[in-house]
Amino acid sequence: MATASRGTRLDVATIRKDFPILETGIAYLDSANTSQRPRQVTGAMLEYFEKFNSNIHRAAYHIAEEATERYEGTREKVRAFINASSTKEVIYTRGTTEAINLVAYSWGRKNIKKGDLIVLTILDHHSNIVPWQILAAANGATIEYVDIDERGELRLDQFHELLKRSPKLVAFSQVSNALGTINPAEQMVAAAKAAGATVLVDGAQGAPHQGVDVQALGCDFYAFSGHKMLGPTGAGILYGRRELLEAMDPFMSGGDMIKAVRIEGTTYHDLPWKFEAGTQAIAEVIGLGAAVDYLSGLGMEAVRAHEREITEYAYEALSDIGGLTLYGPPPSRRAGVISFALEGIHPHDLATIADRDQVCLRAGHHCAMPLMTRLGVAATARASFYIYTQKDEVDRLVGSIKEAQRIFK
Amino acid sequence: MSSTPADDQFYREYILDHYKNPRNFGRLENPDISHEEDNPLCGDVIGMEFRVKDGVIEDVKFHGRGCAISQAAASLLTERLKGLPLDDAKKISKDDVLGELGIQISPARIKCALLSLKVLKVGAYGLAGDDEEGE
Ligand SMILES: Cc1ncc(COP(=O)(O)O)c(C=O)c1O
Repeated sequence: MATASRGTRLDVATIRKDFPILETGIAYLDSANTSQRPRQVTGAMLEYFEKFNSNIHRAAYHIAEEATERYEGTREKVRAFINASSTKEVIYTRGTTEAINLVAYSWGRKNIKKGDLIVLTILDHHSNIVPWQILAAANGATIEYVDIDERGELRLDQFHELLKRSPKLVAFSQVSNALGTINPAEQMVAAAKAAGATVLVDGAQGAPHQGVDVQALGCDFYAFSGHKMLGPTGAGILYGRRELLEAMDPFMSGGDMIKAVRIEGTTYHDLPWKFEAGTQAIAEVIGLGAAVDYLSGLGMEAVRAHEREITEYAYEALSDIGGLTLYGPPPSRRAGVISFALEGIHPHDLATIADRDQVCLRAGHHCAMPLMTRLGVAATARASFYIYTQKDEVDRLVGSIKEAQRIFK
Repeated sequence: MSSTPADDQFYREYILDHYKNPRNFGRLENPDISHEEDNPLCGDVIGMEFRVKDGVIEDVKFHGRGCAISQAAASLLTERLKGLPLDDAKKISKDDVLGELGIQISPARIKCALLSLKVLKVGAYGLAGDDEEGE
């Protein structure tokens, strides 16, 4: 680990040794969908299962204390990773989707009223659209979507116009999963806050690739998923500003989120546990802690620098292919995601052909159907990169594309 | 990487032919039945229009966009439907469609292969799509 990052440069060969799945020969180009997990993560989970498997917060014996300590230990690691001011602001969820739903339910039902405006963007993932559509329909609010320009970047002029209408909530993604566009999040949050809005940032593609400092960003809520940042599925984070979280009602309720239950009524637990009802994903949260350690060890600057290098390399390689359309901004303004289309070849067919070369590629709408409609396509092919991606995997993708073009010529 | 289109296990020449030159592609004027379905996986859409006379499918056309598998399957299906009594069309099964494609379809692609059959069943017969079955 200590050798996996020298200054701002990742030692990818060393990193790859931590990912046994890469030994199977796959070229894994779908990390924006879910990342791979290093031995350190699976090892931490295995250790829990084999050495101190027990429920947390409830038992008096020593293995339960150990489990509780590890589980709560992740909270401090995450707090430091996102620079929240307190672990009370770090809520465990199953992932980004649950985190956003939690806010839509617990904050939204109370605070969004008839006639209120919610501002989203056309770049957003379905998980940052559908919960707000449901809320808007239930409470009589309206939604406006910030459009993109021809480079796939948000129309900030339009954003500022919408802010003049005093939206109650502004929610947008730090980085687009479909195009890789890096949104000017700090600038957008500052403007939205100045306009009096509550702001949620979907960090599903931001936290794993850029990192975040939630205090510097200044948002009210920040949501992300562990499984896109080397952690297991089933553990993610909602960061929320304490005053807001304190004022919110629970989302799920039942065991563990209470102080006392009487037949006359219940008093809820303190933050953060008020939002963590029932037996939690203990092993997954412990795995997430190991993932945060791994990324922190590398340094997010080095992670970003490596992705940028790979993305520039891939962008150039794909630009050279005839009949290939690239979507989204130039490589310097995007994360490690490249969406593209081939003339006369459906993305699904490309993905099937790539799969025969063990190249794992995503084809589809990337849970961003409004964006696909805006682009006038049903689907795109998407390659996405992470700390373990090497140039020869990009070369293999180019090989698969050429093979597809040969078959479909 | 070394296969040629002719011996390609998946992208057989006739599949590619149906993809590039789909049969019965387009729209019917005043169809008796018209229905569309999406593939939620990828946003592809296929629609079919039928003209039915005396219980027989007199004419059928399909439209929409999709991958080679969904387009070829739709094209092959319309060839089979033309002139077929409705009662016989009703009996067309998933296995019939997959058999006609004549290639191994991976679980990831089965929805593509069966999208047009779903259009036929839901549209023409008002049957609930049982697209989860057998996948
Ligand atoms: C930008 C963005 N938001 C939200 C999500 C949803 O994350 P999850 O499925 O982990 O809840 C994703 C994952 O695809 C994403 O890329």
